Amino acid sequence: MSENWEPKIVTFVCNWCTYAGADLAGTSRFKYSPNIRIIKTPCSGRIDPMFIVAAFEKGADAVLISGCHPGDCHYNEGNYNARRKFIMMRRLLSELGIDNERVIFAWCSASEGIKFARLVNEVSEKIKELGPFDEYHNLDQEER
Amino acid sequence: MARIGVFVCWCGSNIAETVNVSKASEISGNIPGVVYSVDYKYMCSDPGQTLLKNAIKEHNLTGAVVASCSPRMHEKTFRKAAKDAGMNPYMLEMANIREQCSWVHDNKDEGTDKTIDLIRMMVEKVKRNHPLEDIKIPVTKKALVIGGGVAGIQAALDIAAGGVPVVLVERESSIGGKMAALDETFPTLDCSQCILTPKMVEVSQDPLIEIMSFSEIEKVEGYVGNFKATIRKKARYVDTDLCTGCGTCWLKCPVKVTSEFEQGLGKRKAIYIPFPQAIPSRPRIDPENCLKLTKDRCGICQKVCPTKAINYDDVDRLVEVEVGAIVVTTGYKIMPVSEFPEYGGGRYKDVVTALQFERMVCASGPTLGELQRPSDGKLPETVVFVKCVGSRDPEHHHSYCSKICCMYVAKQTMLYRHKVHNGNCYVFYIDVRSNGKNYEEFVRRAQEKEGAQYIRGRVSQVYKDGEDLVVEGADTLTNSQVKIKCDLVVLATAMEAPDGIKELAQKLGISYDQNGFLTEAHPKLKPIESSTAGVFLAGCALSPRDIPDSVSEASGAAAKVLGLLSKDEMHKDGVVAFVNEATCVACQNCIRVCPFVAIQLKDICNRKGEVLRQVADVNPGLCVGCGTCTPSCPSRSIELKGFTDAELFAEINALAEL
Repeated sequence: MSENWEPKIVTFVCNWCTYAGADLAGTSRFKYSPNIRIIKTPCSGRIDPMFIVAAFEKGADAVLISGCHPGDCHYNEGNYNARRKFIMMRRLLSELGIDNERVIFAWCSASEGIKFARLVNEVSEKIKELGPFDEYHNLDQEER
Repeated sequence: MARIGVFVCWCGSNIAETVNVSKASEISGNIPGVVYSVDYKYMCSDPGQTLLKNAIKEHNLTGAVVASCSPRMHEKTFRKAAKDAGMNPYMLEMANIREQCSWVHDNKDEGTDKTIDLIRMMVEKVKRNHPLEDIKIPVTKKALVIGGGVAGIQAALDIAAGGVPVVLVERESSIGGKMAALDETFPTLDCSQCILTPKMVEVSQDPLIEIMSFSEIEKVEGYVGNFKATIRKKARYVDTDLCTGCGTCWLKCPVKVTSEFEQGLGKRKAIYIPFPQAIPSRPRIDPENCLKLTKDRCGICQKVCPTKAINYDDVDRLVEVEVGAIVVTTGYKIMPVSEFPEYGGGRYKDVVTALQFERMVCASGPTLGELQRPSDGKLPETVVFVKCVGSRDPEHHHSYCSKICCMYVAKQTMLYRHKVHNGNCYVFYIDVRSNGKNYEEFVRRAQEKEGAQYIRGRVSQVYKDGEDLVVEGADTLTNSQVKIKCDLVVLATAMEAPDGIKELAQKLGISYDQNGFLTEAHPKLKPIESSTAGVFLAGCALSPRDIPDSVSEASGAAAKVLGLLSKDEMHKDGVVAFVNEATCVACQNCIRVCPFVAIQLKDICNRKGEVLRQVADVNPGLCVGCGTCTPSCPSRSIELKGFTDAELFAEINALAEL
């Protein structure tokens, strides 16, 4: 691992809470690590567990998923569906060889710009400690 | 073959300071499928939009990526510009390189790298985007108002004033609601009937308003703009078309029963109108007490009716109405005194609710306004009012404040003192909440000029001492126990959600809180919208409130209805779910997870009309485009337009090249 190694973090967010929270971090100029790439979905309920697997296959070192806080969903209950799905998903991911520490779930509202910035920094620091997810990426190479 | 244009915005120095925009534009030009790339100082400005429009035309672009601010800021702007240039607006996407890149990062190299990644992701998505059309929904220009209290009356009048026909459904045999039973109203002491009954008459005379009294909602189907409500017109045993409301029947009826409208303090007949100013002024027969209907005797009303309007064989009838919007104004009920035995409720006749007190002092009440206590008809010389009975009491009853009790108790002390000039009246209170226009002054007047004596503290018990009642409580301001001998105790019992509200909410697909009150879509910014599009709420159906609040909300709901029904068709975002019927196996997972009940099963039939199989079917009018259904589908047969698997996986795959 080179000294300048930076992790690749793929982030799936809902449009109404976390995307807006990330926008607020921007308008408030809260600085955070540039390692993340945000993919917007309408609701955390739209996020398919296969997205997470695909992100790791394509070289992600961590996946961050965030939606509206429970009870705040723009669509009433999409985030509850997401939560139920991801609780099950964690177990399946470890079966697939994906370290659960590399899949981070968080709730972040449209008013929590600072929380979003902190979250990204914390995740980025943590993944830097864990290092690149070569086990999984190499696995993908071998199978090819 | 995709022909995509990339437009990188400087946003003055906002982006250009942290991102090398010309490099980003140059490298974006090398992404497969990109045929044109440019950077420009202000993409959202008129010349910026013209640049976009011209490029779309000149380069025959099939898609565009504008890398600039957040799509929450300018997606509409750029999509409109794209549409003006002849491109489907959904073929334009934005890469958020300001809020989520230049403003949050310092290092220019890193910012530029990230910008290029974000553009690449969006280019890959746009390649897979499909042109979408806005969904057009035809609208039925008619409204349904459920509940004929003052809020429902106001909503119906305002909607009709906008030229839209209204069906006003009321469960009781007359409209008017609780307000019709009140004596005078705070803080002006106007006679409630004097201000309400003209409105009731106005409703009955408005050619655009159809009153369906003694009717209830049986079923509601459909969605915003296109509801179909089935209304149960309960058997009234009186043909309201033939009846003239002459009153001969109820004068001659020999059966006397306790009157619900008089709060159990007066009597009515078995064929009756609830109060003299009832609208419609058509009686109904109470089948539980009518001698003809229970024992097949009597039949006097039929004999005396000059228009032959009495029909003992009447049955419930179901009527269907098609409406575009619904207003729910179902009001409240108050807790009966029997819930408070510690205060003598249900044990002593002279412990009454505040609503009963209204009838006791009301000029149209059972005693025609002469104040008599229920047990022996004596004029009460001392009256004790107890506030917060059942409200603000989370241990035993409700945690919420019933909001109007502070004001009506102050009013009732005045009404009492106006009847009994040297009478004593005491008020037990926790706090006095009087935060309305002229409310505080009104309470002060009750205390300082009208002789009401306020005692801050709770009542522990009410018991009988001979003919008198004794109220024992605490005075927390003097830190002492007080005992007051009195003739009458008035309990300001809590307002509660009315019976049947949960069933109604389920029929309408709207939500209610732990207390049974209906829930607004947003407590601050959507206070009169329900969670279901096209269904609006007003008045005490939401939570306790006073008449001015209920009336203003009703007018607000009417404005929402008129806005909704002002167009011939509604336009809706094209981002909705759709089903691949060839692969759907009707497992119904999507139906279960859809929060908006937008998906149903549909039959697939052969030419003879025989059902071959079933598939899921999305109602685009109800679908809001959340996409929760998509990952629930095991056969990948339901997709969300604008956020399809192909589009989102393309974004993820673009990361491989990072």
